Amino acid sequence: MSEMTYRDALNLALKEEMRHDPSVFVLGEDVALYEGSFKVTRGLLAEFGEERVKDTPISENTIIGVSIGAAMGGLRPVAELMTVNFALLAMDQIVNHMTKIRYMFGGQTHLPMTIRMPGGGGSQLGAQHSQSLETFFMHCPGMRVLYPATPADAKGLLKSAIRDNNPVIFLEHELLYNSKGEVPEDPEFLVPIGQAEVKRAGEQVTIVGYGRMTILALQAAEELAREGVSCEVVDLRSLAPLDTETILASVRKTGRAVVVEECWRTCGLGAEISSIIFEKCFDVLRAPVRRVSGLDVPMPYSRKIEKICIPQAETIKQAIRDVLSGGY
Amino acid sequence: MQTRLRMVLPDQELIKLYEKMFLSREFEERCAEQYAKGHITGFLHLYSGQEAVAVGATAGLHKDDYILSAYREHAQAIVRGADPRRVMAELFGKSTGICKGKGGSMHLFDPSLNFMGGYAIVGGQFPISVGLAFSARYRGEDRIAACFFGDGAVNQGTFHESLNWAQLWQLPVLFICENNFYGIGTEVHRSSALASIHKRTCGYDIPSEKVDGMDVIAVYKAVKYAAEKVRESGHPYFIEATTYRFRGHSMADPAKYRSAAEHDVWKARDPLPNFANQLLEEGIATREQLDGIEAGCARLVDESVQFAEESPWPEDSAVWEDIYV
Repeated sequence: MSEMTYRDALNLALKEEMRHDPSVFVLGEDVALYEGSFKVTRGLLAEFGEERVKDTPISENTIIGVSIGAAMGGLRPVAELMTVNFALLAMDQIVNHMTKIRYMFGGQTHLPMTIRMPGGGGSQLGAQHSQSLETFFMHCPGMRVLYPATPADAKGLLKSAIRDNNPVIFLEHELLYNSKGEVPEDPEFLVPIGQAEVKRAGEQVTIVGYGRMTILALQAAEELAREGVSCEVVDLRSLAPLDTETILASVRKTGRAVVVEECWRTCGLGAEISSIIFEKCFDVLRAPVRRVSGLDVPMPYSRKIEKICIPQAETIKQAIRDVLSGGY
Repeated sequence: MQTRLRMVLPDQELIKLYEKMFLSREFEERCAEQYAKGHITGFLHLYSGQEAVAVGATAGLHKDDYILSAYREHAQAIVRGADPRRVMAELFGKSTGICKGKGGSMHLFDPSLNFMGGYAIVGGQFPISVGLAFSARYRGEDRIAACFFGDGAVNQGTFHESLNWAQLWQLPVLFICENNFYGIGTEVHRSSALASIHKRTCGYDIPSEKVDGMDVIAVYKAVKYAAEKVRESGHPYFIEATTYRFRGHSMADPAKYRSAAEHDVWKARDPLPNFANQLLEEGIATREQLDGIEAGCARLVDESVQFAEESPWPEDSAVWEDIYV
């Protein structure tokens, strides 16, 4: 194990997979010479050269279309969309093409491609650069959707994504790039796709999170532990496929659940997970499932009001207290 | 002025071009009949009138070259070598279809023929063609990507993004615009500020030319030249083939936006009888030979319909298959 940042863990995963498999190549806006807007692709051009580390025009839809064609032709593209917000320009190739091609062509081809997208709010970037669009991707069958919370998961999941033979949307939170954690050095360390992880065991309430929301949930759980409240934190890691077994096993144990989502509440993943919990373990619930969500508003710039639009450890703690006290 | 055919290709290959055009027409007209009977459902876009483009272009490409197209692609798949029986079964929605009945008319695909798909979002195939060309170069393969599209696709963002990208990365893509002058009911001059489509590549410094898409030999020569140029240089090239569809955009379209006079002008240029006459005039084939070929094509299409009719429907469990590897 060695301590490294989320950014460096992603960077190491890219380097290891490019060394491991010559068909892996990286493309995106400013990923080569500039080494990435968030410096996740630092050092790649120097080590792997111009044919494997490709700067592209600002043409998001075509970045994905070219990745689809390259994957169909036998390569393993790892595309970076500079931020998740720009993925909306590429939704035609992502949703109409990438997720349909294997199916509508009768299983005669597959697309081993990964699309990395930094995203999330909290950096005062305003309405167009602060979105959390995970639900958009989860809604559509035909792709994997991953969202790591820790450096170790960032490395292990990205490696699994690149080796997977299905299209993978790989979401990274911009506020986590500098976070540090222990990361296994083994170049064969992989985190399996489709497996959530109980990041903290507890008895009284299950908190379901992903990405930065997991980090806030852990913080809330830690603070509540000092008040004698025992929380279990389930980190989804994989949003599609969703590991419902791990969620339900935890809720069966605690009888209570709070789902934390950074995305907008309406039709968000919290609604989906709440619904699954109600459908599958209504009999064990001691309180209604509670959602802590991003507010249903475009993100404002001013930090005073931006903060209230995004779940915080405090709002998570309040939701847990409510669920425990019956004050919902 | 027409070329002396024997200066272009050997007799047998010239006859083969006619056979493929005739098979395409026969297949499409039978599709219309099967649609009227309710055996084919959903959208159905027929290729009748445009055969010289698919046949001439395919003959000018190598077997290893990738071909991508839009949703009017039955003929392109069949001309490339797809089994007409399995194409017809696909249109019937049967499990023996070329895509197991999951794609339908607009989504034919056969990787064994490097026929990399029919795409039904206008312009969707542009970037995918560029990506396939990149994979070919990356892997050191001697193949190009031929990307077919209609005049309606050239105002999509993907068209401009992909032309720019192919030239910027110097990729072996041959863009082939089948300009039939109408995007559904909108004539090209009502949708494109510059209706002479091949001129639009100047913004990307991609060489281009216009060819008579009703003349199978002209298309063959242009594509063969362009494909070799792309193969040797590794750079993109652009062909605009002017052509005409004798039917509406789809079976739902009676094509009332076109005049009978206009239709007649183009009908007089029908590539099938015109090419047949050329073959006869130059003594390359006899009428009896062509009759035999036409009867053979009709039999093959009969068999295709029979095969499709007799084939089983997909199992219900198939809905969950082929989503993930």
